[in-house]
Formats: sequence, structure tokens, C-alpha cells
Amino acid sequence: MTKSTLLIAVTRMLRGLGSRMIDRIWRLGAGARLFFLTIFYSGESFRRFHLILREIYFTGVMSLLIIIVSAFFVGMVLALQGYNTLQKYGSSEAIGVLVALSLVRELGPVVTALLFAGRAGTAITAEIGLMKTTEQLSAMEIMAVSPIARVVAPRFWAGVISMPILAALFSMVGILGGYLVAVPLIGVDDGAFWSQMQANVDFRVDIVDGLIKSLVFGVACTMIALFEGFDAPPTAEGVSRATTRTVVISSLTVLGLDFILTSFMLVV
Amino acid sequence: MDRTTIDLWVGVFVALGMAALLGLAMKVGNLTSANIGPTYSVSAAFENVGSLKPHAPVKSAGVVVGRVDSINFDGSKFEAVVKINIDQRYAFPKDTFANIYTAGLLGEQYIGLEAGGDEDNLKNGDKITQTQDAIVLEKMISQFLFSKASETKSDSKEPEVKPVAGAKASGGKAATKAVELGDPGF
Repeated sequence: MTKSTLLIAVTRMLRGLGSRMIDRIWRLGAGARLFFLTIFYSGESFRRFHLILREIYFTGVMSLLIIIVSAFFVGMVLALQGYNTLQKYGSSEAIGVLVALSLVRELGPVVTALLFAGRAGTAITAEIGLMKTTEQLSAMEIMAVSPIARVVAPRFWAGVISMPILAALFSMVGILGGYLVAVPLIGVDDGAFWSQMQANVDFRVDIVDGLIKSLVFGVACTMIALFEGFDAPPTAEGVSRATTRTVVISSLTVLGLDFILTSFMLVV
Repeated sequence: MDRTTIDLWVGVFVALGMAALLGLAMKVGNLTSANIGPTYSVSAAFENVGSLKPHAPVKSAGVVVGRVDSINFDGSKFEAVVKINIDQRYAFPKDTFANIYTAGLLGEQYIGLEAGGDEDNLKNGDKITQTQDAIVLEKMISQFLFSKASETKSDSKEPEVKPVAGAKASGGKAATKAVELGDPGF
């Protein structure tokens, strides 16, 4: 008798695992379908450019405060920690290189993407989820207005346009924060800070690669947010769970993509 | 939120982004290192360029007067041919020395030009004939060890000979030993 209940418990666990996996693969397929539909309807959304502008305001401009303040503090901490270790080897003048390369190559795109997913991604998911719950999307379809062209595609392009701008701002403000800690506060030489940085940061390899990363992260985060909102169960609880899923899945995707992109870029 | 306010803020946002990108390119990256003005090109051949890279500075008396343009390998003479772009404001005589030095511990290598005494100056396309290679750490260490080894070897053979450099001593061995001690081994 005990053996068969154990068997029942194991099979139930395996069946649950299998169904969850199938559900995730289904959602991945549905997400890809939404992505292609978004690209397909993009032309129509570009013709109504004010929609995209409005979305750039709500995703990009409203994220400026958190991005700039975070960048400032990240840069300052980098300078402090970097100086702490570098001065043991007498290379405290390399602090500029350390701060600039860390920010431009990795921290700029990745931290911006994480903050963007947390702030703008959740806003997008909640907004679209609520539109679905209050049946605005169905009403649009009845009026023969494509909800993807009017609601989804503008937000997608707004996210893709905003992300590189936010990442570049993050890197620049971070470097300024690092400069403020290193030169006036700690006393590293001003000229050495900038000249070592300029000698070791290459525009094409480092800065452009960082921009490419931020573009890819922008596509990923925005698409995940849009899909979670579009696919949320039309209840209050469904929308709230969809918002949580956006943050978790976006963060994991960004970190995974970062590893993949970095391994391509460093080899090539 | 009416349209004009949104447009204004989006415009400010995009302008800030452009400014950040420009700042990154100019101040942080090395995009401005190409603003040295009109230059003339000169080549120099080295047996070993160490870790000299293109865009490395070319300095004379410590001041940057040019940049390294390209480094190529000459298969017929088995040496490295380095092309340098020197600012046209500075003229160097034909017997200028081109040496590869290292700036600081982290090893950014650069070319140092020391002017000779020739009356004719280098022109576009000329070749610098007097060159000194980069210092390779392994060669230095092996030379030092070799000189140390031969010093201890001759020490063990002639323990009673006093090591007076340049003193006239009997026998070739003492004279050799004095010469060896006087020679730093480089």
C-alpha cells in the first residue's frame, strides 16, 4: 500500500513538472508570435509617431531620476572600492580605467536594464494588464483598431529607443561620480585619471559594444513586459502576478543574455 | 499631459542621451586622439617592438610629437617596420635616434625620438636608421644571470686575485676577471 502511494506521489510530481515545462514552452512560442506581430504592425505605429513619443516619455523620461541617481552612487562606490585595492599595488592612477571600463562594458547596460525592467517594465505590464481586464483591448478589436498597432508596438519602440539612451547616461553619470570621488576626494591626479582612461577605452570595442548590449536588453525587457501584460489573466490577482513575473523573468534574461553577448564580444 | 509638454521632455531626454554618448566618445574613449593636425610619415625598423601598438605616442623630450601609424613585419629582413606620423610643425634631422621606452610600470610603450646633429631633416617617406629595440624582460634576466654565473665561476678558480678594475695583473685570467667585473653585462 505504501509503495503505491509513493509511486502516485512521484508520478504526480513528474506530471506537474512536465506540464509546467510545456506551459513555459507554450508561453515562449506565444511571446515570439507577439514579437513578430509587433514588428509587422510597427509601420502603422510609426505613422502615428505621437503615440511613440508619449510612450518614450512614460518609459524613458520618467526613469531618468532612478537611472541618474543610481549611476552616481554606483560610480562613486566603484571609485572607492577600486582605489582601496589598486593602491596596494601602487597603481592608484588606473582608477579611471577601472571605473570607465566597468561601467561602459558591463554595469551600464546591465544595471540600466535591471532598473528599466523594474520601473518601466512593470508599468507597461500593469497598464496593458489593466486594459485587458477592463476590456479596452476587446473594445478596440471590435472597432477594427488593431490593439497591437495602437498599444503594443508604440511601447515596444519606445523601450528600444529609450534603453541605449539610458545606458549611455548611466555610464556617463557613473564616470562623473567616480571622478568626483577619485580626484577631489581621494586626491588621484586629474590628468592621470582622464589620460589613462582615454588610452585604454576604445570607442569601437568598448562603447559601441555596450550600446549593442543595451539595445538587445531593451528589446528583451520591453518584449517580456509587453507579453506578460498582454497575456495576463484578466483579474486583479492575475495582473499583479504578471507584474512580478515581468521583473523576475526580465532580470534573469538580461543576466543570461549579458553572459552570451560578452562571450561573443570578447572572443571576436 | 498635453502633447507639447511631452514633446519637450522627450526632446530633452534624447538630447541628454546624445550628450552622454558624445561625452563618452570624446572624453572617455580615444576618438579625439586623431586631432593632431597635418603630419608627415616616417618609417623605422626595429628588431623587437615589444608591446608597441598603433596609436601609441611618439615623444621627443617627453612631449608628444606624433603617433604610431602602423606596425608591419618585413619578411625579407625579419624585422618590424613601424610607420610614424610626426606633426608637421616639428622637423627632425636625418640621424635621429628612435628608441622604444616604457612609460610606467603598467607598460604603455612609446617611441622616443632623440635628435642627432645632421643638417638635413627627415622628409615624408624617409627612414630612420638609428633605432634601439624595446627591452625584453627575459633577455635582461638571462644576461644578468649569465654575467652572475661567469662571475662566480672565475671567483672559484682564482680566489687570491684581488678584483681591482683596470689594474695591471699577471696572467690573462685576472685581466679578464677585472674586465668582467667592470662590465655591467648589458
